[in-house]
Amino acid sequence: MSAIPGVVAVNTFREAVRDRVLYNLVFFALLMIGAAILVGQVSIGIDRLVIVNLGLSAISIFGFVMAVFMGVGLVYKEIEKRTLYSLLAKPVRRWQFLTGKYAGLLLTLLVNTLFMTAGLAAALYYVGRPFLRSDFSIVVAIYFILLALALVTAFALFFSCFSSPMLSTLFTLGVYVTGFFAADIRDFGKLTHNPLISAVTRAIYYVLPNFHNFDAIAAAGHGEPIPGALIAQNTAYAVVYVALLLVASSAVFSSRNLK
Amino acid sequence: MSTPAIEIAGLTKDYPVGFWRKRMRRSLDDLNLKVEDGETFGFLGPNGAGKTTTLKLLMGLIFPTSGTARVRGRSIDDVNMHREIGYLPEQPYFYDYLTARELLDYYARFSGYSRAERRERVGRFLEVVGLRDAADLQLRKFSKGMLQRVGFAQAILHDPPVIFLDEPMSGLDPLGRREVRDVILDLKRQGRTVFFSTHILSDAEMLCDRVAVVVGGKLQGVGAPGDFVSPEVQGMEILFEAGESALPAALAQRAMQTGGRYRIEVPEAELHAALADLRGCEARILSVLPIRPSLEDYFLRLVNRRELAPRSVEVAAQ
Repeated sequence: MSAIPGVVAVNTFREAVRDRVLYNLVFFALLMIGAAILVGQVSIGIDRLVIVNLGLSAISIFGFVMAVFMGVGLVYKEIEKRTLYSLLAKPVRRWQFLTGKYAGLLLTLLVNTLFMTAGLAAALYYVGRPFLRSDFSIVVAIYFILLALALVTAFALFFSCFSSPMLSTLFTLGVYVTGFFAADIRDFGKLTHNPLISAVTRAIYYVLPNFHNFDAIAAAGHGEPIPGALIAQNTAYAVVYVALLLVASSAVFSSRNLK
Repeated sequence: MSTPAIEIAGLTKDYPVGFWRKRMRRSLDDLNLKVEDGETFGFLGPNGAGKTTTLKLLMGLIFPTSGTARVRGRSIDDVNMHREIGYLPEQPYFYDYLTARELLDYYARFSGYSRAERRERVGRFLEVVGLRDAADLQLRKFSKGMLQRVGFAQAILHDPPVIFLDEPMSGLDPLGRREVRDVILDLKRQGRTVFFSTHILSDAEMLCDRVAVVVGGKLQGVGAPGDFVSPEVQGMEILFEAGESALPAALAQRAMQTGGRYRIEVPEAELHAALADLRGCEARILSVLPIRPSLEDYFLRLVNRRELAPRSVEVAAQ
């Protein structure tokens, strides 16, 4: 892979930092501090569960909001502000630009998540609980959140290659919600005994990513181990799916007239 | 025979218009053009004539409906063509969270320069465009003229032999226009090919070896600026100062007063009689100049021709 996507990625990360996107960390920090102080006073024995659930949910929600809203603007902003015109006059292929923008947002999400992870660890430390071997499941849950964010970002980027930010946001949210309940939707289709509905819901189950598989917050809260096979399966699934979405995005974007 | 710097063959662009029933609107129609190496070439036309469409096609920002183009022998589809060109978009806008130095460093990375080369080059070109003192200021604090200068710097940063400029003087004050003209003249002296679009005809007359005029998406003519105008004198212009009451009624009717001075246009045959009348009323004659048709007259004639009035042409529905 050439260095060009890397150059674009670093600039995208720099944009996020200078646009003060990482300020959301302040809210996260305040949330964790408040939770740690309150939980210590009101809960007996379940302080770990509350802090882990709250922390992981916040990491997931903050990341999700960033992935969707920044993802749909990655390409749109460059076209709207015409910054892309000078860039594409350089020896830069459109797929390189697109991959670079994607990698830049992913880097931003990664740094954001790492800081929030540190905040969560600090809150757990504050409530006076030593770190145990079972806490590894918290790390895996955060890793799963990152994989889900990579998928959501890829969807946001894909939709923004051919539609407005508003529609791209709606499409991405639609895919996420439908994907999260993909198994329930398939089961509902079976219950209807209608072959057409059953086929459609089965297609949705297989085509859309099953975001429920990336949710390990409950397991992490209870300190349950997460099987290695699931880690491998989720990793492979996310990598393949993201790659396919990036190829599709590049194909769409490469034939688009930039008016 | 050497390869032309720019070779455009039958370039045509249709845009879909309408929401439900899409029709195609032709914005550029069968453009054929050759620009030789080292030429400064003006691409003239009124707003909406197809100038920016042509430049966007050449830059690969939009794709032609039909036709091809080559720059220094390389197809515009070839990404390596972009190593040979520089491009300044119309009213450029850059990442405003970056400083001028950071922006140029970012663009220089795409040309594969080492860190030391980038530092040297960026510093040198900031100096060339007169932005050394503003190098570390974020672009959001830049004026339009300063942004144009950054635009120039990024277009020539990698020493491209062919430079495309889209309306480089648009929106600039007289000082800014003068600076842009100087940069273009400098590029011309260095033997670079400069292709620039403009609707400011005096700039084209002053800078260009050849110009092409495009109206309504169609090429109207290509040649040296002088080729478009007749050398024949169309009349004489007299500039003079006089007290208003002292002017003979016939002259007073024809004279146009601006800032305490009068200007009058007379046929060449009547020049001596008009001068005698002015001397008779003790007018102070400041200048007497022949009136020759300018590129602007040619241009306005073309634009005003009724058959060319629509700025673009609708073509068959897709």
